Amino acid sequence: MTITADRIESGELCRAVAALKEQGCRFVTITCVRADSAGAELLYHFDRELSLSHLRLTVSGDEVPSICGIYASAFLVENEIQDQFGLRFIGLTPDYQRTLYLQGEDSAPPFRGPSGPDRGE
Amino acid sequence: MAGTVIPFGPQHPVLPEPLHLNLKIEDEIVISATPAFGYVHRGLEKLADIRDFRQMIQVVERVCGICSMIHALTYCQGLESLMGVEPPPRARFLRVIWSELHRLHSHLLWLGLFADAMGFESLFMQLWKVRERIMDINEATAGNRVILSVNVIGGVRRDLDPGQTGWILSELAEVEKGIKAMGRTILHDYTVQKRTRGKGVLSREQALELGCVGPMLRSCGVAQDMRLLGYAAYGELDFAPVVERDGDCYARCRVRFAELGQSIDLIRQSIGKLPAGDISVPVKGRPEGEIVARAEQPRGECLYYIKANGGKFLDRLRIRTPTFANIPALTVMLPGIELADVPVVLLSIDPCVSCTER
Repeated sequence: MTITADRIESGELCRAVAALKEQGCRFVTITCVRADSAGAELLYHFDRELSLSHLRLTVSGDEVPSICGIYASAFLVENEIQDQFGLRFIGLTPDYQRTLYLQGEDSAPPFRGPSGPDRGE
Repeated sequence: MAGTVIPFGPQHPVLPEPLHLNLKIEDEIVISATPAFGYVHRGLEKLADIRDFRQMIQVVERVCGICSMIHALTYCQGLESLMGVEPPPRARFLRVIWSELHRLHSHLLWLGLFADAMGFESLFMQLWKVRERIMDINEATAGNRVILSVNVIGGVRRDLDPGQTGWILSELAEVEKGIKAMGRTILHDYTVQKRTRGKGVLSREQALELGCVGPMLRSCGVAQDMRLLGYAAYGELDFAPVVERDGDCYARCRVRFAELGQSIDLIRQSIGKLPAGDISVPVKGRPEGEIVARAEQPRGECLYYIKANGGKFLDRLRIRTPTFANIPALTVMLPGIELADVPVVLLSIDPCVSCTER
């Protein structure tokens, strides 16, 4: 079983999110998932009258466009992903600079890398 | 004085848990508010790396004490969908009963704290006195007052006998009496209205755009309630979301107060329709695939994303709690109000830092 999500490229993200907003969708959250090749996959969740729709974006580098300009409430989850996965959201306001949970320490993002018990120490 | 910044929290008399707000004020009026947290973040999602998917039930129950049962329910329902497991009808109704008991004690807790934030201590004590009956029901039926630990993948681990259901109904009658006795004060008292009406106003459009959930959204005229998805046995029960239109602290208070009666009604309906039969089904195998599960917690929509590869450990467990969704609204609700009203407006979102700092 997999989630039915529209796969999009980084350059199309803001346009796709804006289109969902035009349709009256409520922004629910973003889920960041470790990808096999040490990258990450972002799932954007939206709700309209109890029906969910999803956008799936595979991140190859470290930078992703922020959707704060479209849904201002996304700032919190984007800051969380910056802390946990080390991604950088371009245009994020306010940008906590990886201090939402972390204390500014120079540590590896705790959720980055492969999953499983070897990474849980 | 222009642009004074006041740090509000993380330690503040009105906050039971640490949450920080940087308030920029001018002449006692809030100009902007920037939330911050992370003081007690536990990284529970990361525990999915080293705890197998069955052990994670105990972990997700500890995301929040106030809605622990619904966290476990959402997680179990997600895994049940992934594994093709159908819990027995009796288990689905029992899940509704314990879910609504959680909603009752959460809303009574919040109403008490809200009264306390306004300096109305006698109301606070009376509300918590009523709440004790719910905690007693939890203890008698699940063995625990707060973290019930009743959910398993495939159903529930505890049953209710006819003596217990009869006792629950008689206790609920007393709870209802207590709530009605305080309704006049909560909804019509001059001081309560003075402190809550027109404060922290959100329009319907703002609430939707800011991603608000639960009573926050319903107090702005949006009839959205995840229970309408029909999970557990909600699809077989008669209810409609409680909706108010003013979008202020008073409207949020009215929604939660009315939901007390709704929860009592849902428990009565569930007990009335409680089918005979098993309370769980045996579950074999391991989950594989990805799924999003949602449920309505006392504070609103809770979302679990689960990704599994057929192994013992999950690839990813992501929990979006309702308070996490409601915090951004503070950046709109607080500007323009007096500094003295900040505690009341902040509490009106029913912040749960334990959930947020999962």
